[in-house]
Amino acid sequence: MKNSLPKLRAALLFLLALLLPALRVAAQVATTEEPEMADALRQNGKIYVVVAVIAVVLAGLLFFLISLDRKLTRLEKEVQE
Amino acid sequence: MSKNWWKALSVVLLLYVAVAGLLMPVPRLAILNESIRNLYFHVPMWFGMTFILIASVYYSVRYLRTPTPELDILAHESARTGILMGVVGLATGSIWAKYTWGAWWTNDPKLNGAAIAMLIYGAYLVLRSSFTDEQQRARISAIYNIFAFATAMPLFYILPRLTDSLHPGAGGNPAFAKYDLDSDMRMVFYPAVIGWTLLAFWLAQLASRVSLLKQKVYEKQLA
Repeated sequence: MKNSLPKLRAALLFLLALLLPALRVAAQVATTEEPEMADALRQNGKIYVVVAVIAVVLAGLLFFLISLDRKLTRLEKEVQE
Repeated sequence: MSKNWWKALSVVLLLYVAVAGLLMPVPRLAILNESIRNLYFHVPMWFGMTFILIASVYYSVRYLRTPTPELDILAHESARTGILMGVVGLATGSIWAKYTWGAWWTNDPKLNGAAIAMLIYGAYLVLRSSFTDEQQRARISAIYNIFAFATAMPLFYILPRLTDSLHPGAGGNPAFAKYDLDSDMRMVFYPAVIGWTLLAFWLAQLASRVSLLKQKVYEKQLA
């Protein structure tokens, strides 16, 4: 657990590196009339609300999974003794 | 912690896929429209299912070589996770089909093949539950698992390609790879496949550890 902070930082940097290309979407403009895409949703920025909500839900579920994993590890140690 | 790096990778990739899957540019295609983003969630279910079922067969073969309860549990929980991924894949595919093909289900070789394959794996669970003797259950379900895998994989990936099909990746058509999946989509799709596959292995591992613990506690109570 002592060296978990640099690992967390590395993970965050990795996430950031993966996410940076998404910034390109800010420069994306509708060039063609058809087929129809959700351009309005992107232009008024509401898409970020959806993305944020989904990300929070997913993060919550994954956090639950991580804590479940830790609990299991503890239990396994207990049973071993 | 170092043994769990792949779980951290799964978390990072899945969060990335959730964000980039909605934000990254996608090709503007008629009918599909924005629903093309389903590719990042529907298809990885099948990839994850395939890999976890391969793991399940691997454990079943190992069980038949050296019968230990651990290998039986690993094979069983891997298969169960694979079935879960497959069921989610069928459900997501059905929703997608409704809004692009106009029907929840079509009698398409790819769809029916996948459904039959899922039923074959469903029978694996039924078979397992029909034994009281643990060793008999483990041995016979390991053998069945190998046959189920050998039957299911052609139903998923070979037979649908031999006939015409609406579904991409069937009827001799190479899925999205050739004409739809551009370099922008690959940047999300490949991480999605890896992320969801790792999640499948994570779930299978957790389920196996619970089963193993249950068994150990049970043995201690008997002793």
